[in-house]
Amino acid sequence: MVDTKTITVTVNGEEYTSTVNVRKNLIDYLREDLGLTGSHVGCEHGVCGACTLDMNGQTVRSCLMLAVQADGTEITTIEGLPSEGVAEELKKSFAKNNALQCGYCTPGMLSSALEYLNNGGKANKEEIRRHISGNYCRCTGYQSIVEAIYDVAENGVSK
Amino acid sequence: MTGPKFSFDKPGKYIGQPTERPDTRRLLKGRGKFVDDIQLPRMLHAAFLRSPVAHAKIKSIDTNAAEKIKGVVKILKGTDFVGVVEPYVGVLSHLAGLRSAPQMPLAVDTVRWQGEPVVMVIASSRAIAEDAASEIILDLEDLPAATNAEKALDKDEPIIHSEFDSNLAWERTVDVGNVDEVYARDDVVTVEKQFLFGRHTGVTLEARATIANYDPSENQLDIYYSGQAPHMMQFIYAKHLDMPEENVRVTAHDVGGAFGIKVHTYGDEIATAAAAKLMERPIKFLADRYESFMSDIHARDHVINGKMTVSKDGKILALEYDDLTGIGPFSMYPRTSAIEANQVLNLTGGPYTIPNYRANAKVVFQNKNMMCQYRAVGHPIAMALCDGLLEEAAAAIDMDSVELRKRNLIPDDTYPTTSTTGMKLDDLSHQKALSKLIEMMDYEKLKKENADLKKQGVYRGIGFCSMIEVTNPSPMFYGIGGAPIASQDGATIRLDAGGGIHVASSVTEQGQGTNAVLAQVAADVFGVDMDRVQVTTGDTKTTPYGGGTWASRGAGIGGEAVYLAAEALKDQVLDVAGVMLQSKPEDLNIDNGNVVDHVSKEKRMSLADLARTVYYRGNELPSDMSPELIATRHFRVTDTPFVFTNGAMAAHVELDIETGIVKILNFWAVEDCGRVINPMLVDEQIRGGVVQGIGHALYEECLYSDDGQLLNTTLADYLVPMATEMPEIHVGHIETPTKTSVLGAKGAGEAGTGGAPACIINAVNDILRPLGVTNYQIPMTPNRLLDTLRSAKI
Repeated sequence: MVDTKTITVTVNGEEYTSTVNVRKNLIDYLREDLGLTGSHVGCEHGVCGACTLDMNGQTVRSCLMLAVQADGTEITTIEGLPSEGVAEELKKSFAKNNALQCGYCTPGMLSSALEYLNNGGKANKEEIRRHISGNYCRCTGYQSIVEAIYDVAENGVSK
Repeated sequence: MTGPKFSFDKPGKYIGQPTERPDTRRLLKGRGKFVDDIQLPRMLHAAFLRSPVAHAKIKSIDTNAAEKIKGVVKILKGTDFVGVVEPYVGVLSHLAGLRSAPQMPLAVDTVRWQGEPVVMVIASSRAIAEDAASEIILDLEDLPAATNAEKALDKDEPIIHSEFDSNLAWERTVDVGNVDEVYARDDVVTVEKQFLFGRHTGVTLEARATIANYDPSENQLDIYYSGQAPHMMQFIYAKHLDMPEENVRVTAHDVGGAFGIKVHTYGDEIATAAAAKLMERPIKFLADRYESFMSDIHARDHVINGKMTVSKDGKILALEYDDLTGIGPFSMYPRTSAIEANQVLNLTGGPYTIPNYRANAKVVFQNKNMMCQYRAVGHPIAMALCDGLLEEAAAAIDMDSVELRKRNLIPDDTYPTTSTTGMKLDDLSHQKALSKLIEMMDYEKLKKENADLKKQGVYRGIGFCSMIEVTNPSPMFYGIGGAPIASQDGATIRLDAGGGIHVASSVTEQGQGTNAVLAQVAADVFGVDMDRVQVTTGDTKTTPYGGGTWASRGAGIGGEAVYLAAEALKDQVLDVAGVMLQSKPEDLNIDNGNVVDHVSKEKRMSLADLARTVYYRGNELPSDMSPELIATRHFRVTDTPFVFTNGAMAAHVELDIETGIVKILNFWAVEDCGRVINPMLVDEQIRGGVVQGIGHALYEECLYSDDGQLLNTTLADYLVPMATEMPEIHVGHIETPTKTSVLGAKGAGEAGTGGAPACIINAVNDILRPLGVTNYQIPMTPNRLLDTLRSAKI
């Protein structure tokens, strides 16, 4: 049985070639091998959404993927969100609305919210609520998160 | 109680403002520092093999296969900790009669709940430790399990601790007035209901996590802690690992939710520290979600039979109930598992004038996971019980329940007063809160709408709750009973050479915004921009001694200590400035980072100039001057055991009578937490709390089989609220500052969780009652409601 495999992944614009244990989850690879601890492990079974991140333009649960499955992909984690455009506006809106308390769900929540906004999501609270229903937040009660996303959908990116 | 010596009539730059939390910047960049983010050199990882059954004798443990796995460094059994860890017992002397058996971090000869840690594997990675744990063979001899709390005291039920004569842990009775005399009257109406509160748990998104590191050269134990009370844990690690307290440092950086779950002593965490000490190197333990469900404390699990008697003109005359609660096989250490029942006895009926009151609470052992303090301890039970019976009584005398509340809520102009159960109450505003709530929700219109819709087969109901919340506890909560839990907190503020200030406080941050609130108070009171305030919390080595954050005490107690320290530092700085500027200190002030003329506000010198002179060029100061640019102050609540807050809440719900599904249409909460330091953060505490309360009322339950197997241990099976199911929550405020402090701030962290379940239960019963049925069991799952609806008149 082969225990390890060498993979090449682009994370936040930087290319990494690593030899990883084949059973290692993508989230563990990012956190332990690359030191990108911004993505969080909440349930390790794909329900809570804390580990959600962007892979090739789509959100994935990095606790349900093996690192070897990420070979050849481009990944953006919370650390790599740009300091401009929609991502920056969204972060500002999260701070302004206090759309995070402990911050543990935040990486996944931002990733899902960006997916919504980047795919033309409207300023519609019901649709926003539906879209983030794969991301658990135990602190806020969700309203402030919905407001934060809504504000960006409504006002767009300020120049 | 001296009363406010300072008034916040003029709006502060920060106090009272919805200031953004500086901490969000770090968290939004992925730069948080949670326990699992920390990697130490030579660190090992722990995994635990847990008991698969509820009650058994340990016959043997075979670790041979596990030891052979490459990467396994050490395997420790319960017996390996004997003599290493001093056993701990969860009792408090002020809860007279409370008993529990000594606990060890791992089961030694008997397992007493499914999920109890039995063997600890330490390996080079968590995955290898888990692999090895699964290779261990536990030879257990099953013992009969006592799992049902209602049977725990039956004669033929197995007794969990042989040193006791029964499974009773604690019992208390409160008897005020004479309920029997009321029952004997023929002009009264009595209603009676059974209330069932299921077990649920906190589900912090970051599971429990610990790193322990031990340096034998200095006999120093460092704990990286995901929790709420660093100084309490410092004492516990020191005492039970036989170390000088000052050689234990407990540090909490970012904490991914706590809610009371992370303020207790867990065997796996104690074992991690003990193992680090034995092995003289760092060990990390992270609970996975399965372990969290099996070993994080559970809460509630109460069976209550209650009755309320009212006069036909709507005066509450008597309240009586029996409460039975199952707490697992031990009372949790050090806060004990009797506090929730005690809170129920103390708080039930607290908003109302109730002349006759009799209640009994029995706390029993059972072979299930341990039950202890979780957000709003006792409150959801006390509020649902009293306000549920009140709704029933209102229906029985054909009076609107809002009217019945108005006639019985303690009037706003009668404080200070004492509740029926002897709680000191002051600075509350029940009547005002209810009036404001009614106005916010447009009650009459909503009622009419519901009646109209019912004709079209749409079933909607409204449920209310008037509540009190225990906040800012004094030493009467724990310290009096011998627990190593501080009720006083301290703050140190230092003027740095650059003109900014550094605040070190003993209260802690788990996302509530404690750090922001402390910075707001310090910035306003001392006179600098908030950007020039650094805050350190969660470190036993660098902050003053204190209790941490629990029981809604961060802003009220920690904030007050910062207020006092900021005032003291300001006085010290102005003394120095007076000498340097040859002015009287009272003619000077600090504003926006400068020493200014008190009247004209004209700048006299910058704080940086002043500090640099003191720190670097002391030769410029008179030689008999000893300037101090650091001040420490502590604060505790005196003269009253708790500072109560009050609130009024309401839910508007729709019940689908075909499916039993409850949809929450709207939720309103009016809260009086005294001085609001940051309205945005208070609103968010209320909303988050309400949503946890809704989860408890409708979805969340730790389900056990009859033989004590926890059946739902994934987030797919244990339902927590998600965004789509949650309503908009409208928050209103009344500000009645407490006279126990200058700031006048009370707590707000638990009100939502305390009051929301009652609102949901009452709203659903508002629908059910006209159909001839009621249901007072939470969570109100579709199955349970469909069962109830089977006998409804539809």
